[in-house]
Amino acid sequence: MIQKAMPTSRRTILKTLGGAAAVAAAGPSLFNVARAQAAPIKIGFPVPLTGPFGTEANDQVKAAQIAVKQFNDAGGFEGRMAELLVRDDRLNPGEAATRTLELIEKDKVNFLVGSLSAAVQLSINNVAKERGVIFNSISQSDAINEAKDWSKYTFHEALNPHITAGAVGRYAFSKFGKKVAFLTADYAYGHEMVRGFKRAGEGMGIEVLADVRHPIGASDYSAFLPRIQALKPDVLVLCNFGRDQVVSIKQATEFGLKRTTKLVAPVLLFTARKAGGDSFEGVVGGSSYYWRLEDKVASAKAFNDAFRAANGGAVPSDYGALGYAGVRSVLAAVAAARSTDTDRVIEAMRALKYDWYKGPQYYRGCDHQSVQSVLILESKHKDMKNADDVFSIAAVEEPDEAKLRTCAEMGHKA
Amino acid sequence: MMAFPPELLAMQLVTGLALGAVYVLLAIGLSLIFGMLTVVNFAHGAFFMVGAYMGVFLYGLTGNFLVSLVVVPLAVGGIGLVVERFLVRPLYGRGIDYPLLLTFGLSYVFIEVVRILFGLNGLPFSPPEMLQGAVDIGIGYFPLYRLFLIAATAVVVLALWLFIERTAFGLVIRAGARDPEIVRVLGIDVSKIWLVVFGIGTGIAGLSGVLAAPLQGVAPEMGVPILAEAFVVTVVGGMGSLVGAVIAGLLVGVVVAMTSLFAPEMAKVSIFALMALVLLVRPRGLMGRAGLMG
Repeated sequence: MIQKAMPTSRRTILKTLGGAAAVAAAGPSLFNVARAQAAPIKIGFPVPLTGPFGTEANDQVKAAQIAVKQFNDAGGFEGRMAELLVRDDRLNPGEAATRTLELIEKDKVNFLVGSLSAAVQLSINNVAKERGVIFNSISQSDAINEAKDWSKYTFHEALNPHITAGAVGRYAFSKFGKKVAFLTADYAYGHEMVRGFKRAGEGMGIEVLADVRHPIGASDYSAFLPRIQALKPDVLVLCNFGRDQVVSIKQATEFGLKRTTKLVAPVLLFTARKAGGDSFEGVVGGSSYYWRLEDKVASAKAFNDAFRAANGGAVPSDYGALGYAGVRSVLAAVAAARSTDTDRVIEAMRALKYDWYKGPQYYRGCDHQSVQSVLILESKHKDMKNADDVFSIAAVEEPDEAKLRTCAEMGHKA
Repeated sequence: MMAFPPELLAMQLVTGLALGAVYVLLAIGLSLIFGMLTVVNFAHGAFFMVGAYMGVFLYGLTGNFLVSLVVVPLAVGGIGLVVERFLVRPLYGRGIDYPLLLTFGLSYVFIEVVRILFGLNGLPFSPPEMLQGAVDIGIGYFPLYRLFLIAATAVVVLALWLFIERTAFGLVIRAGARDPEIVRVLGIDVSKIWLVVFGIGTGIAGLSGVLAAPLQGVAPEMGVPILAEAFVVTVVGGMGSLVGAVIAGLLVGVVVAMTSLFAPEMAKVSIFALMALVLLVRPRGLMGRAGLMG
């Protein structure tokens, strides 16, 4: 017993660092001797708490903690409580690999959920597959599900550029016109998005007037705009992210591009929209989630209410919601498998048909990509219900495996 | 490759000049401080960022952009005075790397303080109503605010030039830069001049922050990339030369604009290529003086 108690208290110290939910989960195991023997189910959660995506990452943590709390409130799994071990990956693949290895070796996590960048998730995935730990990624990437990076331990909860860009492209090209210009951040994410748009446009007969690549993290886009303006495209697709997106949209607006051209972004982030202000008006883009989905989808309402109750009325962001879904899927699979054994949980996850927060979803058999709906959002700055009501949902593309790249195309045997 | 009509090239030139305006303002401050104090101010980008935040904050309070334009340079310059008096001054005579490291660290402090006060995510900011929108300048539509930016920069440069070339205090500044020893012998307190110069330099950085805020909104990290670019401008223009900073600032702006048109991927690299080229031909920069780095 004493031997058992020792690591529990050492662990408690780690938990204090780990976050409030972890402490809450440790409570019963400290005071209840019988429960102290039931080891918690540990989920490692590396996200970039510091750095440019800190706001989104913190939202991911808050939402993930709700999934943990709901699981524990329902009694956990055979008395075993879930516990979230949050780590800062600092948006750095090397740092993420180190933290992940620590989580696996030192903290003995059962599962991994997390990441907020294409490069970081590949690095976490590498460590996880080497060590045989399930990793459910909650950030966009095309590569992670391709055969060369993928393993049976890899799950992908988030959308990927191919699905998102495809859905937005199909909507925008049919609605706003076929003459298209791209302004793209010159790195993997941008290229993947452009590829997605072009694929969606191929069958629709779009004409690409220009594909302008800008260096990532440029502070000024004015020099790229006159040429695009002179081409008078129907649609200008801005394949960039975060602050790049905020600044380029702002400057395109000031150049008066909106007079002739519809601005389209593959992904419209809730947080970026709030930082970007009014210049986003009328910009169309894709998203995995927007809180106003609650008007139509019951699970969205339930999730939002739980999030609001825990966070003083704030609504979850898109990436935040993925934190919730990522953790909930793993825990639901534990309950379904009646085990924390990795192979049995994998089987259970593969069999999940779930609706956690946005309508029905499931993981595709060959590559574990979550097949799900894509929301097409349009930014507004009028008729807002409150300060968080920044988008209207223009369309929803329902979950459809046919919209994904085929298993063979991803290098998997079907 | 498509042909580029002359209107587009002209438009690109104007765009480049507007871009260059921000570079000019930043490089002037940097160059002024280096030229007089031989301090390489790595906190310059942070002063720029602090100025931008102050401008946005004040605009929120007063609703008057002019107030921001007047108050912020004074306030940021005030911070500069304090920094020079209590942090930089003890380091004079210790070699160029001491103040460099100090200001480098200081920039992180400023960024972190702003993150704590205003959050990690930037704040949106638009030009004031009067300067919003695009106007037809004969070759196409161009944002009115960017035209204002070119004009504002011209005014600042002119004012600074008159101050340094035409006032008694400016004369002392120039003398102090050329030979502090003699100026001291003549009974002038050189440390006071240095204090004022540091204040003016940082004040201009603050002003350029306010002027740049409507272009891109504000974010805690906004000063980081622009500092690197401002250094390139000062090096191209010649460390310590004001005329050089103005010429190089506009040159860099135009070079960025033109590469953005012909080879967009190269836009960021182009200014470094330009720097390498200039340094090969003129190791001291376009208008640099000898011996400053010695």
